[in-house]
Amino acid sequence: MARAVLVREPIDPARLLASVEDDAHGAALLFLGVVRDHVAGRAVRGIRYEAYEEMAADVLGAIVTEACRLLGTDRITVEHRVGALAVGEVSLGIAVSSPHRAEAYDASRYIIEEVKRRLPVWKQERYAEGGEAWVEGALPPAGPGRGPRP
Amino acid sequence: MPLIVRTLFFAAYRDLAGEPSAEVELPDGARVSDLVACLRERGGAFARLPPRPAVALNRCYASLEDELRAGDEVALIPPVAGG
Repeated sequence: MARAVLVREPIDPARLLASVEDDAHGAALLFLGVVRDHVAGRAVRGIRYEAYEEMAADVLGAIVTEACRLLGTDRITVEHRVGALAVGEVSLGIAVSSPHRAEAYDASRYIIEEVKRRLPVWKQERYAEGGEAWVEGALPPAGPGRGPRP
Repeated sequence: MPLIVRTLFFAAYRDLAGEPSAEVELPDGARVSDLVACLRERGGAFARLPPRPAVALNRCYASLEDELRAGDEVALIPPVAGG
């Protein structure tokens, strides 16, 4: 039931929220990551998101599966946008519903923190006065190692 | 027998490499760290790749100590900034 995808087209928050509707659930929560117009006092006109798309799809799916298992709700939809976004556009949408509010907040928070920590996505800020720069992000965790040759 | 490893560059690392991917030939038994060292030895902007970047092996986060096999896809992963 859970769904996690990278998208090129604009994210529709209402559709995202509708996708997790469940009559047995008393809490529905929508988180949006939005492109803001400044960083460290510098005016920004947009952000370009780039992904290692095949791996990012896998990692996003794994994060959502973990959130489902940890929090006991499978009504989760996550969309992460890639490409060029203008100020005010939604870069990330997380919709969660659960029987009670605590699990919904916890699941949503788990997903955004894990996205920041390990989703292979990068952003390039484009400044109003011209120029652009890759945002210095988080060092992702090393893998477990592949072990000896079979 | 030498092995050929497809190497992917993203974001700031692609800007340094000047290309999104490269085929790199390495001796049998080479590790991911050897691949990174080989790229840095090309000089120029490649020398500015970090000596111990995060890496993915066949689309999973991996260790620099992992041994490479023919047909592997290695990605050098700059610090991530999704969300």
